[in-house]
Amino acid sequence: MQALAIPDAENLHARRPRLWGWVLLAPLVAWLVAFVVVPMVILFGYSFCTRDDLGRVVFSFTLENYGRVFDPIYLRILGRSIGFAAVTTVLCVAIGYPVAWYIARQPERIRDKLLLLVMIPFWTSFLIRTYAWIAILKNEGLLNGMLQYVGLISAPLPLLYTPAAVLIGLVYAYLPFMILPIYGSAEKLDNALVEAAHDLGAGPMRAFSEVIIPLTWPGITAGMLLVFVPAIGMFAITDLMGGAQVPMIGNVIQNQFFRARNAPFGAALGVVFTLMFVLAYALVHRRASRTR
Amino acid sequence: MPTPVSSSSRFQLPSGLKLMNAALGGWTVLVFAFLYLPIAVLVIYSFNTSRLNIVWEGFTFDWYARVWQDTRLMRALQNSLIVATVTTTASVVIGTVGAWLLHRYRYRFSHAIQTLIAVPMIMPEIVMGISLLIFFTTLSVELGFFTVIVAHTTFCFPFVLVAVQARLHGLDPSLEEAALDLGATPIRAFWLVIVPCLKPAILSGGLMAFTLSMDELIVTFFTSSAQSATLPLLVFGMAKVGLNPMLNALSALFILATVAFVLFTEHLRRMSRR
Repeated sequence: MQALAIPDAENLHARRPRLWGWVLLAPLVAWLVAFVVVPMVILFGYSFCTRDDLGRVVFSFTLENYGRVFDPIYLRILGRSIGFAAVTTVLCVAIGYPVAWYIARQPERIRDKLLLLVMIPFWTSFLIRTYAWIAILKNEGLLNGMLQYVGLISAPLPLLYTPAAVLIGLVYAYLPFMILPIYGSAEKLDNALVEAAHDLGAGPMRAFSEVIIPLTWPGITAGMLLVFVPAIGMFAITDLMGGAQVPMIGNVIQNQFFRARNAPFGAALGVVFTLMFVLAYALVHRRASRTR
Repeated sequence: MPTPVSSSSRFQLPSGLKLMNAALGGWTVLVFAFLYLPIAVLVIYSFNTSRLNIVWEGFTFDWYARVWQDTRLMRALQNSLIVATVTTTASVVIGTVGAWLLHRYRYRFSHAIQTLIAVPMIMPEIVMGISLLIFFTTLSVELGFFTVIVAHTTFCFPFVLVAVQARLHGLDPSLEEAALDLGATPIRAFWLVIVPCLKPAILSGGLMAFTLSMDELIVTFFTSSAQSATLPLLVFGMAKVGLNPMLNALSALFILATVAFVLFTEHLRRMSRR
């Protein structure tokens, strides 16, 4: 989550490990190999298998599952998932950036308090926060009740189980994940640089686009990854806010393992998803290392 | 040359900045309202007598009492607590020892190991969920508490490790050397000198692991059985059906626990900064 930047273990006193150093580290490495690397390898292997009529996996080598990924039905769903995740990311940047910037510019005492106010939703289960919106958006919910009470509408508007509801749920869930990393960059930004831009005749717009944005870019990209990647595969929020109306790639993957019982196809979708994730990371890291 | 522009705008700048600052402040207030209003609505309705939620009929603690009496909810809560406790214990041990080893020794593959540790933290939950599900079915391991705990520990211990590593970074290396010079074995030096220094980091890392485990839905969804279903899984099932006043009360309790967790972590952070 927020621990994207891992401190480089550059300890000058570090020595070469002897036998005990290796023996003690072995369980940790074994754990990661057994429960991260090996499952990914098996997932990759499964994606080339087929299944019999009972849904059991039959070992073979076929590219059929990957062919199915490019079926127009699934391509549409994949496109929709990426589209929703992209819109969510853009909205989170647009809504969250001014907030992160404002918090970073406050005196320390106020800053710490405001930061706490971001941390609370950050750590509150997204499930509960999504559930809260059901109470507001459903037909007999708070918003329809209020609109009817005021007399703006006579019959409840169908707000829940719409694409807009899905978008609200996603933005609401991921907004704190965007604010925190941007805050991290904005806080480090030296005010003198902004003042220098003003003194050199840059208007607020130019100072923003040529000084502030480039210097807070690491925070923006970290936030984008934290929002975009999980948002593509999220099926719980889309289930709760969209009902069955707006299936996403996450819902399709989940279905392959339970209802449709087609694990090989689900595995192929998972592999494609992983490749997209790796690609997104590589792109961001290349950009980051180039600007450095 | 932009000189004339800058000299004339220098007089307008403060008022312009002030306006900008006020606009940003206003926006921040609006966003906080957006973040907190739904949570507030949920908490308020958890005290409402009405089953239908939107009309306020009267104040009651009834829903909280019902949560307490609901065997299904209590069972799921118990499952969640078991999973989170074991996960936290395992994560603290693996994370602390791992952080110390990676700090103290320069392994041949330190960089690769460090990258591997980051993978479960950033990897999409659904991919982790399905790969572990396939892994366990391939080995014919029956899904249950064991599989959920293994899955949770896999994505929780790296958070402890990173928290402890950050603290080790600021630790004076002569501390351990002094202990060794005075005749302590490396393991005794670690236990008696290093661990006490790391306490705040271990505590906050452990709390983080506990919270992550308590809240996790997606990976648990793929790795649990009906018997080992955790609270978030049950809540997900209930929320899919629609509103449920008992769920409001339960959510309010969860929110209360989260607020306590955040305030306590902040307290720890301040203590360690001093």
